[in-house]
Amino acid sequence: MAKITFITSDGKTKTVEGTSGSVMELAVQNKIKGIDGDCGGVCSCATCHVHVKPEQWNLTGAPDELENDMLEFDENVSEYSRLSCQIKVSEDLDGLELTVAK
Amino acid sequence: MKKSTISDPFKEAREGKGFGEMNDQNDPVKMVLGHKDVRKCAHNWKTFQSGGEEVGRIVVPSEVHIREIRQIPFEVDPPEHKSYRDLVDPWFKRPLESSYQASLSEIINEVVDEALDKGVIEVVEGFSLKLQSRALTLLLNIPYDEADLWISWGTHVFRSEDTALDGDKANILYDYIDAQIDKAIANPGDDLYSVLLASEVNGKKMTKEEVKGVLILTFAGGRDTVINAVTNSIAYFADHPGSLDRLRAEPEIMNTAIEELIRYFSPLTQMGRVVTEDTQVCEHAVKAQSRISMCWASANRDERVFDRANEVVLDRKVNPHVAFGFGTHNCLGATHARQIMKILLTTLTQKVKSMEILDCKENIEDLDEFKRKVGYDSINVKFNKL
Repeated sequence: MAKITFITSDGKTKTVEGTSGSVMELAVQNKIKGIDGDCGGVCSCATCHVHVKPEQWNLTGAPDELENDMLEFDENVSEYSRLSCQIKVSEDLDGLELTVAK
Repeated sequence: MKKSTISDPFKEAREGKGFGEMNDQNDPVKMVLGHKDVRKCAHNWKTFQSGGEEVGRIVVPSEVHIREIRQIPFEVDPPEHKSYRDLVDPWFKRPLESSYQASLSEIINEVVDEALDKGVIEVVEGFSLKLQSRALTLLLNIPYDEADLWISWGTHVFRSEDTALDGDKANILYDYIDAQIDKAIANPGDDLYSVLLASEVNGKKMTKEEVKGVLILTFAGGRDTVINAVTNSIAYFADHPGSLDRLRAEPEIMNTAIEELIRYFSPLTQMGRVVTEDTQVCEHAVKAQSRISMCWASANRDERVFDRANEVVLDRKVNPHVAFGFGTHNCLGATHARQIMKILLTTLTQKVKSMEILDCKENIEDLDEFKRKVGYDSINVKFNKL
């Protein structure tokens, strides 16, 4: 079980719990604003873009090459950007805070 | 080669110079072919614009001579684009609602049942056009029966048998939309026409012309593309009965299968932009006021990005395809299209044992340097019940 907190563009904070699947799926199930996951998690639509807290970057790790390529031309990208469909939910992520990019 | 194969005519040019050249009605287009270059150009809306003076010029083949109304939000650039897109986005996300999906499921079950009852059916006119037209009534939120008229128009609203573009045929659609807008003004309801007519953008009421621009985009953008995606899906599963069985046994791969088929089919081959300043694409000079296009179909076969790019890998997990475009102007109808694919594939696995292509006539786009199969003019398929 991991508790993950999403901070959305309207300044609201929501903490949700998950055990499996991707962070994008967890966000969509919990109707987190700004995470659409249009492509269902195949790294094609970039509608699940989040910023990781710099001090928690080691929890999620960096994007791989293809994810990085998708992020390269996305709006509002930072050096701590990830596509949440490519982050797997696991206990290691407990306490993670993510700021939704959109 | 199987009948359902859609080959990649761009490989040599993509891996060589990186672009192709197409003469379109004496207004040449430099076609950008690589995945990264395509995304880079789509991202750079300032240099490669959609909202220029000449309405219809970003479409390939160009619609400059057959259309005066600007498609919205498609032919508007940021920052104005955002207000229009924000207005229409929630409406075009309605396919995520369960009631929408239930109605769509009824529509798709009806055409699949009809195909199974008839046994043999010409899929383009007899299946895909019906499915696409009836599904569009849901997207517009208007009565189901309205689809009969659209079906009677045939598969090509803008094309005749012998010409790529036909102004008279296009006028049928434009006159129809005018009449529907007048009807909605006289008698407002909860359909897309009425909702747009009652909307404001940047504090100003949407004009009739703007509403027409959204509707033309909705009709034009979602017609051939959906028809090709549906027809090509039938052809693919007819040729690959093991894939239909696999989807039946492993419904959990449904999502990756849909995205993969959309990548493989790339129902919209390319989309153009007008260059606003002297610049370069693929290390090659392009002049201000000339045209480029982003060739989604080529980018989606780029082997630098996709392993086994010419194969359909139903469980492809990472699939950064650009079949719905990329960036600011990505496809507004994608949610609707994805739901159609999801319900179609689900219904096929529930009702259809196998299918067989009896004969077909391929629809080959003539792109000068390249000839690309995008679907079928006609395809007779035998449907076998489960």
